[in-house]
Amino acid sequence: MAHDHAHNAPPSETAMRVKALETLLTEKGLLDPAAIDALVETYETKIGPRNGAKVVARAWTDPDYKARLLEDGSAAIAELGFSGVQGEDMIVVENTDEVHNMVVCTLCSCYPWPTLGLPPIWFKSAPYRARSVIDPRGVLAEFGVELSDDVEIRVWDSNAELRYLVLPQRPAGTDELSEDELAALVTRDSMIGTALAEAPAG
Amino acid sequence: MNGIHDMGGMQCMGPIIREENEPRFHEEWEGRVFGMFFTNFAEGHFNVDMFRHAIERMGPAEYLETSYYEHWLHVYETVLVERGILTQAEIDEKIASLRQAGES
Repeated sequence: MAHDHAHNAPPSETAMRVKALETLLTEKGLLDPAAIDALVETYETKIGPRNGAKVVARAWTDPDYKARLLEDGSAAIAELGFSGVQGEDMIVVENTDEVHNMVVCTLCSCYPWPTLGLPPIWFKSAPYRARSVIDPRGVLAEFGVELSDDVEIRVWDSNAELRYLVLPQRPAGTDELSEDELAALVTRDSMIGTALAEAPAG
Repeated sequence: MNGIHDMGGMQCMGPIIREENEPRFHEEWEGRVFGMFFTNFAEGHFNVDMFRHAIERMGPAEYLETSYYEHWLHVYETVLVERGILTQAEIDEKIASLRQAGES
């Protein structure tokens, strides 16, 4: 059976360890490999930043929802159905002309899975975790975000029990857009605070 | 607990590397670790405090040299052994037998 790429290589030590654990736990009846397949597929295809974008777009179009979201993030996000593991306790922080919020997890990579999915590699990296809290402006510049000096930057350090979602500012010139069109402007990074929401096309 | 994981404010870590169109899992085993962990977590075999405690006991060199999902794997294996769900000998034997099967 010839493969034409790296599948020819023997499995790494790490892959072997993982296989051993999965095999042993399955033999003991503690794991169902099909359930793991389903979970992996769910997190690859269904749970991601489109969920958070819907929350943001709703807040941009419905002032009552926005008030509830800022008052009790977990409950307001649950209204849209995006609750679950690693999103049990959520705080939503709002960007304004005066304040820009960004989120890090210095201790690990705690991240709101139900609204943003699994974290990107940079969020989990040592440089981001180390530097965000001492040089947020420098980090933002690396992401291409230049804020005026009079904008206060607030950095929120997530932990294993409490996670944050940034409510980015609604871009100018979007008065006529529908909620779905607005959601398309909300990027993952804008909800972490390392980007702004995108400007509408045209 | 103080330790290498407490990275806030550390200097000289270099630039932040980003990846365009990043896949959710870079290797198949990452997804398996994620899924196994998630399943056992949901079933109450262990909790977030055990997870944190196990990760915070990792040696600094190992912590820095390994990736996010390798940390998870380390934690998973540690907790499974400490909770008596698997023994280290069982795991090592299974790895040896899988390797042998792969070579034959």
